Amino acid sequence: MPPCPTAPRRAIHRQAASLALAAMPFGIGFGVVSVEAGLALWEACAFSVFVFTGSAQFAAVDVLGEGGAAVAAIAAGIGLNLRSLAFGVAMAPALAGSVWKRALWSQLMIDEATAVGTAQRDLRWQRYGYLAGGIAVFITWNLSTLAGAAVFSSAGDAITTWGIDATIPAAFLALLWPRLASPDQRRAALAGAAIGLVLVPVAPAGVSIIVAGLGVLAGWCTPARTRSGS
Amino acid sequence: MTVAVVLVGLTLGTYVLKAAGPLLLGGRELPSAVLRLAELLPAALLAALVAVNTFSSADRLVLDARAVGLVAATLALTLRLPFVAVVVVAAAVTALTRLVAG
Repeated sequence: MPPCPTAPRRAIHRQAASLALAAMPFGIGFGVVSVEAGLALWEACAFSVFVFTGSAQFAAVDVLGEGGAAVAAIAAGIGLNLRSLAFGVAMAPALAGSVWKRALWSQLMIDEATAVGTAQRDLRWQRYGYLAGGIAVFITWNLSTLAGAAVFSSAGDAITTWGIDATIPAAFLALLWPRLASPDQRRAALAGAAIGLVLVPVAPAGVSIIVAGLGVLAGWCTPARTRSGS
Repeated sequence: MTVAVVLVGLTLGTYVLKAAGPLLLGGRELPSAVLRLAELLPAALLAALVAVNTFSSADRLVLDARAVGLVAATLALTLRLPFVAVVVVAAAVTALTRLVAG
C-alpha cells in the first residue's frame, strides 16, 4: 500500500511542535543559569545558536560559573554529548544530499530531531521528520534562552533570595531522571556522584566533574543474568 | 575570554560529534564500546553535576537549603511533574527553607 503523503506530514508537524514546546522551559533555564554563571546576554544566546546541544551547554556554563578552566568546561560538555555521535550514525542513511547540505543539517543533530526522524518509516520522511524536529526546537530553544537570560540579567540578589541557585541541580536531576530506570546507568550515576563529591575539596573547579566520568566503570560490567534481555 | 574559548571549543567539539555520522561514517556501525560509553557517560556526569551543585560551595562540602530543594525536586519527579514544575518547586522550597532558617 503506498503511503499517503499528507498523513505523515501532519503527524510529523505535531510531534515536532510538541517537542519544541517541551524544550522551552529548558531553554529558559539555560538562559537563567548562564546569567547566574556570569555570562553576558549575547554569550548565552551564542551558546544556544552555535553549540545547540542542551545538556552540553548546561554543563559547560556550570563549570564556567564555578570558575573552572576552559578545558574542563569543554570536556564536560563533550562528554555529555557523545550520544550525538550515535544519533548521527543512525540518521546518516536518511540524510542524503550534497556535502554542504549534510554539513548544515548536522547542526540539528539533537535528541528531538533524531526522535522525530527515526520514528518515521521510509528514508524520505525520516529526513523530513529530522529537519522538522530540529528546526522547530532550534527556534524555541533560542527564543527561550533569550527570554530566560533577559529576564534574569536584571535579577541580581534575587538569585539566593528566591532559591534560583537551587534550579541548577534540579535541572540536572530532571535530565538524569529517565536514565535512572536502567540499573547500569544507576550504578554509573551513583559512582559519578560519589567521585564528584570526594574530589570537591581537593580538585580544581570543574575537574571533579570530568573525573566523575570514571563512574561509567561501575555500570560497564553487567552480570550475565541482567544482560540476557538485551 | 574564557567564555569565548569555551564557546568556540564546545561548538567545534559538539559539531564534530554531530556531523561525523552524516559526513564521514556513512552507513558504518560504531564499535559497541563507543555506544556503551555514550550511554553510560551522561549518567555519571549528570549525577556528579547534581551532587556537586547541591553539596558544595567553592572547595568545601556543605549541607544547606539546596539539599532540601533537591529532595523536593526528587519528589516532584516521582510525581511525574513537568520540568518547569520540578525547577520551580526546587527553587520555592529552597527559598522557603532559607526564610525559615534565617
